[in-house]
Amino acid sequence: MKQATRNSKDALPKAPTGIQGLDEIMQGGLPRGRTSLVCGSAGCGKTLLAMEFIVRGATRYGEPGVFMAFEETGQELATNVASLGFDVPRLVAQKKILIDYVKVERSEIEETGEYDLEGLFVRLNHAIDRIGAKRVVLDTVESLFAGLPNQAILRSELRRLFRWLKDKGVTAIITGERGEGSLTRHGLEEYVSDCVLLLDHRVTGQVSTRRLRVVKYRGSSHGSNEYPFLIDRQGFSVLPITSLGLDHEVSSERISSGITRIDAMLSGKGFYRGSTILVSGTAGTGKSSVAAQFVDAACRRGERCLYFAFEEPPQQIIRNMRSIGLDLGQWREKGLLQFHASRPTLFGLETHLATMHQAISQFQPHIVILDPITTFAAVGQTAEIKAMLIRLVDFLKLKRITALFTCLTQGGSATEATEAEISSLIDTWLLLRDIELNGERNRGIYVLKSRGMFHSNQIREFLLTNHGVELRDVYVGPAGVLTGSARLAQEALETANRLVEEQQVQAKQRGLERKRQALTAQIAALKAAFAEDEAELRKDIRQLQQRDERLQQECHLMARNRQADAPARAAGRQHHTRGIS
Amino acid sequence: MTTPARPKQPSAKARPAEVWQLRLYVAGQTNKSLAAFANLRRICEEHLNGKYQIEVIDLLERPQLAEGDQIVAIPTLVRKLPPPMRKLIGDLSNTEHVLVGLNIIPQHSEGRHED
Repeated sequence: MKQATRNSKDALPKAPTGIQGLDEIMQGGLPRGRTSLVCGSAGCGKTLLAMEFIVRGATRYGEPGVFMAFEETGQELATNVASLGFDVPRLVAQKKILIDYVKVERSEIEETGEYDLEGLFVRLNHAIDRIGAKRVVLDTVESLFAGLPNQAILRSELRRLFRWLKDKGVTAIITGERGEGSLTRHGLEEYVSDCVLLLDHRVTGQVSTRRLRVVKYRGSSHGSNEYPFLIDRQGFSVLPITSLGLDHEVSSERISSGITRIDAMLSGKGFYRGSTILVSGTAGTGKSSVAAQFVDAACRRGERCLYFAFEEPPQQIIRNMRSIGLDLGQWREKGLLQFHASRPTLFGLETHLATMHQAISQFQPHIVILDPITTFAAVGQTAEIKAMLIRLVDFLKLKRITALFTCLTQGGSATEATEAEISSLIDTWLLLRDIELNGERNRGIYVLKSRGMFHSNQIREFLLTNHGVELRDVYVGPAGVLTGSARLAQEALETANRLVEEQQVQAKQRGLERKRQALTAQIAALKAAFAEDEAELRKDIRQLQQRDERLQQECHLMARNRQADAPARAAGRQHHTRGIS
Repeated sequence: MTTPARPKQPSAKARPAEVWQLRLYVAGQTNKSLAAFANLRRICEEHLNGKYQIEVIDLLERPQLAEGDQIVAIPTLVRKLPPPMRKLIGDLSNTEHVLVGLNIIPQHSEGRHED
C-alpha cells in the first residue's frame, strides 16, 4: 500500500487496462500495484475483461502478466479469447503471458487437519518471477470456496493473499461471481477495498445489454454511471458517454442539404455544420429521400457519410434511391459512404449506442444518418431512447459531425410530436406531411424550426422526381392550400381567368379609343359647321357694309344733284350713323 | 526434506503386493509440515506393513512441481499409487480421515467406527 501512494502526492499511479473507454472512466486505469475486483453474474464478460487487461499489458505496455485460471484450462481460455483477436499461445511462447490452471476438485480432497494455501502462494510467486509479471489475474478465486470445505481458513488465507499481492507490487484483477444482495457470492469485496468494477448483463424485453459500473475507486475520481460496453472482434470496449458536458465548439459553417429549395428555405445556405437535423413525417412522405439527397450532396463535396439503416438493407436503399436519380452506390464504392444496417431488436439500446460509437470512431464521418430513430421504440422506453439520443447527439456535436435523423410519426398523432420526444435536441427540424385533397395524397415540407437562422415559414410542395427531390411553391390563396393536381387545376383556372380579364381590358380599351375617335370626328364636324356659319355671317356683314356705302354714295349723289349745302349733308349723315348702330 | 522415507518394519496385516506411493507437499519446515510428516510416518507404520514410499517435496525449493499435482493447500498428501489418485490436505492429525482418504479402511467401516 505504501509503495503505491509513495511516488506522487496528488494522484494515484495507474495501470492502463488498454480497454477502450475503461481507462477514460477510471481516469487512467486500475490502481497500480493494487488489487481490483471485477464482479458480475455468469456470462457478463469478467474473464474477457481480465484477459484483455493481461493481453494489452503484455502487448502494449510491456508488462507481462500471469493469468491464474480456476475455471478453465489454458487451452480453453486461449480458444475462447481467440475470437477477440488475441493470440494467447504466441504470447505464452514469448513468455509475455503465463497461464496457470488451478484445479480444486472437492471430491478428490479430504481434509485431515490444519492447512493453509501456501501452495497457491508458491505457485503464483513462481509464475510471477518466471516472466517478471507486473499484472496478475485470479479468475475466479471464489472457486476455492467450492473446492475447500474450511471457510475460516479460506477467508483468512484470501486476506493474506490480497495483502501479499499488494506487497508483491503487482496490479491484480480478481473476479467474483455476483451474489444475492452482495457484490460477490462470498463477499470478496470485503478484502478488496481499492477498486471494484461491476459488470452487468441485463435482459429487458428479450434484448440484452451489457453495462459496467465503477462501484468504488479509492483515492481516485471516476465516472460513476453505468456505461454500456461491447464485446466484439476488437475485444472489450466501454463507452464513457455520459461524462460529456455541453461545452462543444460550434461551427458557423453552412452545408447544403442537397436540395436547393430547402437551402433557400434556410436563409439560402442550408444547415449548420455539426448541427442535428430531424426529418419527421408519416409513412411514405419521403424522409429517406431527403436523407439520401443530403448524403449525395455531402459525398459530392468529398465528405464521408455513415448511414445507419434500421429498416432497410443497404442494397435496397441504393436501389430505391436510384429511382429518384441518386446513385449512392458510387459513393459506397469510393469509400465515402458506409452503411451499417441492423435491426433495432438485434441489441439493446446501449449496445446500439456503443456500436454506433465504435463505427463513428473508426470511420470518422462528416455526416451521420440514422434512419429511422423511431424503430428504437421496439427495444426501449421513450425516456431511455431519449437518454441514448442525447448521448449520441452530444458525442456527435463534440466531433462536429452533422447528424440527420429521420423519425416516423404515427398517423393520427400530432405531427409535431416525435416518438422519442427529442425535439429539444434538434437544431433544424424539417417536417414532411401529406396533404390529402381531392382523392390524392401529396407531400408537403416545411421548416418547423431551425436554430440560429432565419427560415421560411412556408409550406412547399415536395416532389420526388427522377432527378431527385424538388420543391414547388404550393398554391396559397383564398381557396386554401392546394397541392398536386388540385394546385395544377387551380393554377390553370387562374391562368384562364386572367386571360379573360385581359381580353376584357383590351376590349374596353378599344371602346375607349373608338369613343375618342368619335369625339374627335364630332369636334371636326362642329368646327366645320361653325366655319360655314362664320363664312356666311361674314358675307352678310360685308353685304350690309357694301349696301350702306352704296346708300351713302346715292345720298351724296342726290344731294349734289339737288345742290344742297354742306350742313344738310352732315345732318343726314348723323341720322344714318345712328340707324346703323 | 526431499529424502524418501524408507519403510521400517513390515506389519502382519499386509494386503496383497501393493506398494503405496505417497507424496507429501510442504512449504518450508513449518509446524504444520513437520506435524504432517510425523503423522504420515506413524500411520504408514501402523497400517501399511512397510509397503509404502513417501516422497516429500518442498515447494519453496521446487515450486515448479506445484502445478503438476495441482497443489493449492499446504500440506497436501497425494496418493500416486495405487490408482485412483487421491489428495489429502491438512496436517494429517485426524487419523480417521487420513485412513478414509487414503482408502486404507473402507468408508463403511469408518462409519461404524464413528457411530
